[in-house]
This record gives sequence, C-alpha cells and structure tokens, in this order.
Amino acid sequence: MQDTIKNLTERFGASNMIEKKPGLIFITIEQSKAISAVTYLRDIEGYTVLTLLTAVDWIEDNVFQLTYLLNNPEQITEIGLRVMIDREKAEMESAHHLWPNVEVYQRELKEMYGINFPGSPRIDENFILEGWNDKPPYRRDFDTKEYAENNFFPRPGRKTNDPAEYMKQKMYPNNPSDYTNKKYNPNR
Amino acid sequence: MEEERKDKFLAPENEIRQVAAPDGSIIEVDPLEDYFTQERPKPYKVRKGPVENFLNWARAESLWVLGFGTGCGSIEIPPLVTPRYDMFRFGVQMRATPRQSNVFIISGYLSVKTLKRVIRTYEQMPSPKYVMGLGSCTINGGMYFDSYNTINRLDHYLPVDVYIAGCMPRPEALLAGFAKLKELIKEGKGHKANEYVENFDWYKDNQKKVINDWNMPDYNW
Amino acid sequence: MEKSKLFTLNEDRSLYPEHDENGKPIVDLSSHKFLKIWQGPQHPGVTGNMSLELTVSGDEIVESKTHVGYLHRGFEKLMERRKYIQCFPTCIRMCVAEPDPNEYVLSNAIEELSGIEVPEMAKWLRTLVLEMARLQVLLRGVPGQAGTFALGLGYQWGNYLRDLILDSFEELTGGRVYHMYILPGGVRGLLPDGFKKRMEDKLKLIDEFMIKIDKLIFQNVVFESRARGLGYIPKEWVDVYGVYGPAARAAGVMRDVRKTNPYLKYSELDFEPYTTTDSDVFARTEVRYNDLKMTVDLIRQIMAKMPEKGDIKAETPNVMHWKIPKGETYSKCESSRGEYGMYMVSDGSDKPRRVNLKGPSYTHANALLDRLLINANIADTAAIMVSLATCPPEIER
Repeated sequence: MQDTIKNLTERFGASNMIEKKPGLIFITIEQSKAISAVTYLRDIEGYTVLTLLTAVDWIEDNVFQLTYLLNNPEQITEIGLRVMIDREKAEMESAHHLWPNVEVYQRELKEMYGINFPGSPRIDENFILEGWNDKPPYRRDFDTKEYAENNFFPRPGRKTNDPAEYMKQKMYPNNPSDYTNKKYNPNR
Repeated sequence: MEEERKDKFLAPENEIRQVAAPDGSIIEVDPLEDYFTQERPKPYKVRKGPVENFLNWARAESLWVLGFGTGCGSIEIPPLVTPRYDMFRFGVQMRATPRQSNVFIISGYLSVKTLKRVIRTYEQMPSPKYVMGLGSCTINGGMYFDSYNTINRLDHYLPVDVYIAGCMPRPEALLAGFAKLKELIKEGKGHKANEYVENFDWYKDNQKKVINDWNMPDYNW
Repeated sequence: MEKSKLFTLNEDRSLYPEHDENGKPIVDLSSHKFLKIWQGPQHPGVTGNMSLELTVSGDEIVESKTHVGYLHRGFEKLMERRKYIQCFPTCIRMCVAEPDPNEYVLSNAIEELSGIEVPEMAKWLRTLVLEMARLQVLLRGVPGQAGTFALGLGYQWGNYLRDLILDSFEELTGGRVYHMYILPGGVRGLLPDGFKKRMEDKLKLIDEFMIKIDKLIFQNVVFESRARGLGYIPKEWVDVYGVYGPAARAAGVMRDVRKTNPYLKYSELDFEPYTTTDSDVFARTEVRYNDLKMTVDLIRQIMAKMPEKGDIKAETPNVMHWKIPKGETYSKCESSRGEYGMYMVSDGSDKPRRVNLKGPSYTHANALLDRLLINANIADTAAIMVSLATCPPEIER
C-alpha cells in the first residue's frame, strides 16, 4: 500500500491523500494523468476490480469530482482516485477499454451530470431517462421539487413544516423563547 | 398525420418502410396507418336490471390480475399466490398477458418511463377493466412527492377504482382491496373504463404533458 | 428480387450469424434471418421491471441489450435535499427484496464519517438482522431458480417459509418488508421475549425444507439437464466484468465481504463460504443453496453467542441538527447477491453532498448479462437472469 502511494505520488503527481480506514484511501490526481494512473493501478499494482465510477458536483468551486474506486482483491485494499474536472467544459477521457462496465457508468454520468466521454460506445443512448428535455438532473442547480410541482399534479393538502419551528410550537406552546434559551451543543 | 410524421421521437418500428412480400413484390408499409386504427375508443354498453346484475356478479367473481410489477409493491404479490393468503379462493388469479386480464395493479410509484408502458398495456386490456393503486405513492406521490421522475397522482393518467394505502401494503390489505373492488362492481360502480373513454382527451392531455417522447398511436387497443 | 422460400429444411444454421474480421456478428435485420424481440418490462420471466432487447436467429440469441430505468426514482438526488435522518427511511427503498443491507451501509457510512463507535449488543443485533434478511431472500431465490424452468412447487414452499421469517421481522422491528431497524448509531430495540425459541422452531422447518429442496431440485433430471453448462462464466471474467458474491464463488473465486473484510461480528463467527468451479447455472444454484445452509447455521451461532442485554445505541447528536464532518467514505457489506456498497460524500452540512449506491446488479445485469446471453436460447434467458440475481432498482436507483 505504501509503495503504491509513493509510486502514485512520484509518477502521477498524486496529492491530498486521506486514509479513511485501514485499507481504504482517497487520493487526488490531475485530469490529464488520471487514465494512465488507473491503467497503472490495474496492470502493475493489481487493482483489477473497478468498484465504482461516479461524480460529485462541487458547484461552489465550479468543478465536478470524478471518483474511480479501485479494489485490489489480493491485498484487500481500495484506492479512490479523485479527479477534478471543469464544470463548464465537462469532458473526460474515456476508460471503456479497461473494463467492459465502464461504458455503462459513463452513459449514466453523461445522462445524469452531462459529463461527456468522447469515444465511449453508445454514449448518446438513453440509459435511464426517456425524452428528458431539462438540465441533467443530478446537477446541483437542478431543483427536483420545482420540476415535480410544475410537471406532475401535486395533490392539494400536503403540508410541510419546518421541523425546528414545528417542534418549538409543539413543545413550548406558551413560551417559545424557552426553546432558544436551551443552548444547542452539537457534541452532546 | 403529416405533422406526426415529422416527429423526431417516432419509434423506428413505426417509420414507413418497404417490405418484400412472399411473392417477391415490394410493398410499402406504414405501421401507424396499417397496424393501428385512428379511431377513438368507444364505450361498452351498460345494461340495466337483472342482466346487468348477473354480469356484474360474474365480473366480480373472476378478477384476473395482470402480472406486471410496476414498482416495489410487487414484492407482496407472490405471497398472495401461496397457500397462506391464497387469493385463488376469491377468484383472483395472475395472468401473463393484458389480453386475458381485467385488473391492473399499479404496484407503487410509477416512473415516467413505466407510465408509458402502463398506458399502452392498460389500453390493450379488454373492457370492463379495473385499476388498483397500491401504496401511498399512487395517491399523492408518497415519499417521492418531490422526485423528478415519478408521477404524483395516478388518477390523472388512468381511472382508479380502488386505492390501497400503505408503504408497503400488507397482503391482507390487498385482499381487503379485492373485497372492496368486488363490492363496487356488484353495486354497478365498476365502469371506470367508460369514464376513461368519455374523458379521453383530458387523460391524453395529462399523459402527453409528462411523456415528452410520445412515439406511439394515441390509442393502442 | 429472387423469390424467397417460406420453408427451408436441413439448412446449416451454424453459419448464422456471419462474423466480421473482428469476430463480431453481422446482424442485418432486413435480411430476414434475424428477429428483434423485447423481453420485458411486462414479462413474467424478467426479474423485476426491466427489459432486454434481444436479436434472435431462430431461437438463439445473437445480441442482447439491457434497458433499465423503469424504476428510477432519483434517490441520490432526493437524499441530497434531505437531512441525514430523513435519508434513512428513503434509502431502504432502494432494493426492495433485501432492504437491510441498505440500512446498514447508510448507517455505517454515517458512523464512519462522524466517528461513532457502535455498542457491542447493537453489533450482534445488526449481524442477526442482516443474516435474517439474507435468509428470506435465499428462501425465495433458490427455489425461484427452479421456477424459471417452470418447476413452481419449491417456490410455493419457499415463499411460505419466507413469510414465517417476515413474521419474525415484524416481531422484532414492527415492519414486514421495510424494517427501518438499523439506524445510525445503533439499532432500535432488543429481542422480544421468547424470540430465540420461536426462531429456532422456524429454523427446524427450514432444515426439513432443505432436504426436500435437495431432492426436488438437485436430484431432478430436468433441472440438471437444463441448468448444467448454461450461462458459463470463465474465471478470468470475474475481475474484468465485476462478478461478485455467489456468482464469483461458483467460478472458484472467493468473493465474500464477510470473509475478506470482516465487519460487525463476522470475525467471531465460524463459517466457510462454499466455492465450486463449474460456474454454470447449476453451480450458482448450488452455491446459493449452501449459502442458505450456512445462513441458518450462522443465525444459530449468533443467537447462542449474543449477550442477553446491553447498550443498543450510541450517543448521537440531536438528529434535527446533526452535522457530519466533511469527508468521504465507502462502506460495504455482503448482501445475498454480492458486495453491496455505498459511497458517501459529506460537505460539513446537515445534508449529504452525494450518496452513491453500488450493488452487484449494476455490473451483473449490464455488461455481463449482455455477454452471457449470446448463443443462449430464448427459453433460458430467465434462468440466466435469476442465477445472477439481478435486482433492477439497484441499477437505476
């Protein structure tokens, strides 16, 4: 494990390593070196199983984080490669030649996040949605509640309460200030 | 008709194509014209008096359910077939094809993609036909009220006879739903299929509002 | 155009389909040699609401494409706008047949991110509930495999016994299908009085059932002749295609999270997952049959070893204001289908930034199934699908 991290850092400029628990680390790699790092891990270091490939939308930093989670069944260790890509020009090198499943992951990412993987087979085919004509739904700026209210027919009568306000009124109906007097301690 | 042709969503199997007949001649096939009718559905005749009562009794005692698990509620259907709950004693049984069944159990939430298949399947069932909405998600969306891909109210897309609340409803609740449905049919209130035909335009408008790629004929009987 | 013949006898079908230089079949639908048919979503031979687009030549499949999305509810999006405790009842609907691994991976991810240590008693109860969940799935799954060859009797027996296990769940948790028992920080309650005795009675029934099932399925000539050699997965494919759980163990590769990454109390239990090397539908059924035996044994061990009383829930902050420190983690467990994991990213607020669930069906039902169905018979499609234990809601979530 330590040798692998050392090699990744020296050869591929990996940084920002976090060991979450024994046998699971997350490490950041530059976009241009990501696929060669994945290939290196698969062919040389024995990380032969791709557990998952997914994306996280960091809208405030204007980046998408792609996570390639690789598993080494011999040493029973896992490495999560974080790759930050630009949110405006969401495009990433395809890895479909490495595992047959990658094609499916990439189709899902294209549909749900709008991240393009040029050259990946069947990338433009529908995977989950059908006839979708809005923003890619997993992006943070897509409001699912608003979309549902506009498109479907909400049944009238559904009441939504803010839990904090509601509990304040329920528990201290006469003196709501009692609630605020009690100091909230997150580490309680 | 011409405008529909230009529709970019037209399914490949519905495009005009040329086919070789067994005698060697080439004929042009227009699936939407040749395989489907442009006619609107017609309501079936509701009789009066003892004849109708007899027919209703017969309909109520043979509820044949289409085996189409549209959502998570379908996990509670297999126990119904086993001896413990045994729905055969109520005249309820599962069929594999819509042509042989008259009860459609919408088992839970409906995603937009399934809704399209459900409408098509529903219209293929022979009248009189009944719809049971299973679970809270068919009533008002349930816990998926804010999801972008599940419809909220089933009764805007298909006429619903009986709702069974719960997430998920127990097999006993399903049996109670069948009993309620029988009661309704015997009282002569089971003609929701005619309601669908009479309000056909309203239902179609609602359905087309959700299904953006409408690539099938309006009525698939 | 030449007159096409309506009937051709004794034609050598081995040439169809012709292959190009890369070994890929040339499928030309207008040549009248192929037919495109859909299996699903409304089809009794499909596991759940999904569909297969099959191109067939005669009754032999030359190409298959999986289509999913009929059960998509956008869980991962919905959970981004719910507080952590609200995610908990949402996430368990992700796989209906076996909801408890969902509860466990979510709770475990939250505990790992916020650094909560679960009490001993809660760990034992979690292990028990996870094993009971596996038991109820396998009671349906093992005879269900014979059901795909139209041998429905075992399925009826198995469903009856599964109902008994669901009754135990109801006793313990109050829910029949959705239990909502393993919540972040611990579990919701202790075992009721007399639970162990009633459970032991049910396990005895299952022991009898196992003997009957062995005679009904594995000694059955029809089942054996149809299942042997069907849907063969070579050992090299296990890593490449991402094969997990019983399907990998049937190929002779040990893939069991309970053994490789022992979680909860599995390191204190004595068990050895069954492996074989035949890697066809028969072998996969055998592995799951032995899993069922092992699960019954594990439940007996857990009930004997677990303490009577103890703390069942760690101290957690007020769930309305619970903020999880920034970080990411991947928590996994072994479901009845294979490795079941959840990738969770927290940005330090009271709602998760990203939750991604990865079940074995994602790889089994897409690339692997498409590959396995080539050259199979249409009538065997259902058997191959069930032997891989595909669960569509886990693919599209």
